[in-house]
Amino acid sequence: MQAQTKVNTPASPALQTDQVKGLKAFLKKCKSQKALLLMTVPFVIWVFVFKYLPIWGWTMAFQDFKPARAFSEQEWVGFKHFIFLFKDERFLGVLRNTLAQSMINLVLGFVTAIGLAVLINELTNVKFKRVVQTISYLPHFLSWVVAAALISSLLSIDGIINEILMALNIIDTKILWLGVGEYFWGILAASDIWKNVGWNTIIYLAAISMIDQEQYEAAKIDGASRLQRIRYVTIPGMKQVIVVLLIMNIGYIIEAGFEAQYLLGNGQNIEYSENIDVFVINYGISMFNFSLATAAGIFKTVISLIFLIAANSFSKKMGQGGLY
Amino acid sequence: MSKKRKNLLRTREDVIFDTCNITFMILLSVVMLYPFLNQIALSLNSATDSVKGGIYLWPREFTWRNYEYVFSQASIVQGIIVSVARTLIGTAIGILCTAMVAYAIAQEKFVFKKSITIIFIMTMYFNGGLIPTYLLMRDLHLIGTFWVYIIPGLISAFNLIIMRSFIEGIPKSIFEQARIDGAGDFRVFFQIVLPLSLPVLATVSLFVAVGQWNQWFDVFLYNSSNESLTTLQYELMKVLQNTATSNGDWNSAQASGEHAANTVTPKSIQATMTIVASLPIICVYPFLQKYFVKGMTLGAVK
Repeated sequence: MQAQTKVNTPASPALQTDQVKGLKAFLKKCKSQKALLLMTVPFVIWVFVFKYLPIWGWTMAFQDFKPARAFSEQEWVGFKHFIFLFKDERFLGVLRNTLAQSMINLVLGFVTAIGLAVLINELTNVKFKRVVQTISYLPHFLSWVVAAALISSLLSIDGIINEILMALNIIDTKILWLGVGEYFWGILAASDIWKNVGWNTIIYLAAISMIDQEQYEAAKIDGASRLQRIRYVTIPGMKQVIVVLLIMNIGYIIEAGFEAQYLLGNGQNIEYSENIDVFVINYGISMFNFSLATAAGIFKTVISLIFLIAANSFSKKMGQGGLY
Repeated sequence: MSKKRKNLLRTREDVIFDTCNITFMILLSVVMLYPFLNQIALSLNSATDSVKGGIYLWPREFTWRNYEYVFSQASIVQGIIVSVARTLIGTAIGILCTAMVAYAIAQEKFVFKKSITIIFIMTMYFNGGLIPTYLLMRDLHLIGTFWVYIIPGLISAFNLIIMRSFIEGIPKSIFEQARIDGAGDFRVFFQIVLPLSLPVLATVSLFVAVGQWNQWFDVFLYNSSNESLTTLQYELMKVLQNTATSNGDWNSAQASGEHAANTVTPKSIQATMTIVASLPIICVYPFLQKYFVKGMTLGAVK
């Protein structure tokens, strides 16, 4: 395409023939790779239709969108919906929830996964180690619907959590855990850890397995205790992976997901459970306010891209290589 | 002999550390498994008896009644059929398409190798958002059809990268030899690459199949009013939302009815459906552990 337009502009004849030659060679190459093109072109079209085309829909955030009208008949309103969002107390609460939930999940998820990986690595019995790993992966494969069913059953008024806490005299009356907004962030973080901690150890265990065994032997000879070996050999050996994953996760910080929040959320805890994604569902699907929901969605995507680009360039500066 | 020496070398600290560590791991396994085992016990216990509480790991009044009830509900049976169909069809088509594109972009000489890779990877970092995607599905007349479960999620960039990395690792000489023998790209792909890629196909199939089986949101979004296209997860989600709002009073009201022995409660239905919805996955994933562990590390490194 570009080559063709250039051919039409006046240039030296030699250059023209060069470009024509280049184009011809390119077309010939394409022809010889017909099979590879056949394998990919349908899916390139697919990706444009299903992944890129919806971005066109972002225009509706700047309109008072009515689904029945054609595009040319929509009323343009500029930044009205964005301004409304930032004056809306509910949305500001949603923003707070998104950031708080993500931060808590990020920090706790990170620390627990690293800790568990180190402890699994210390298991000496290979069979036991494998069984523990298999069990720890289980919750990751369950859907959030199943997980939410399990969690709400544990936390119900006659659930085991209340029974244990009563038996230990930690609480005197049974608590409806999901009915108190203040507990929601904690419950969410605990659910998230329960579901993903085992799965997240995979990458750290891979990093630990790359550590040279001689380092452990040397530390042992120098009289390092078990805990000292963890502190001075295992953890430093994981450092690179930890930094890369930390940066990557900060890039995804605003992507706290919506399934757990939506499924465990209810009228009583909505002030703490509703994050941007759930807000988009509530406004867009339940209240049909397409423009406002899209504006919130765009806001999230833009923030998320800023975080991602910042994290990536930071990662490159740290000499860890970029993610893309 | 060597074991004895190892034992002699174990210090007091080692013994304490290992004991604590093993205890912790057992506790952790209990925490991971208990919620699930508890639901199995509840699903096998008479619903009226469960209301009294005190069911932990073992049913007190054993019965199949809950399962009989669940499998007699037309909507749940329909949900199971659709869930199985979307898992089988979605995985088969998804894997084939992903592998094909992965093969093409793994070829060093392919003219669009780089541009196509970037076009796909970009989709990992943004998306059009819920409402625009919804309107696109509406305009494409996919809403109210089975294909809305299959086509929009045909290829995931993450799986594509895992597969590409694996195919790039296959020795080039194998392809070269086949090409000298006159095989075209399609033949190389179907007869050489696919059979050699079984480990990575197993990994990605597991990811795609689990994703399909567990999906409920697209049903909620696109087909919530279409009963013939409901899925098991969506039916469970509806039960969950109902029990969450009805707060237990319903349980006792039902239990005091005349046919107490045959009664089911939302709680026992929920437990039974939870087990039905997760059992297929639990039966499969342990056998693929070796593969998905490798796949995860491969995908993360790239």
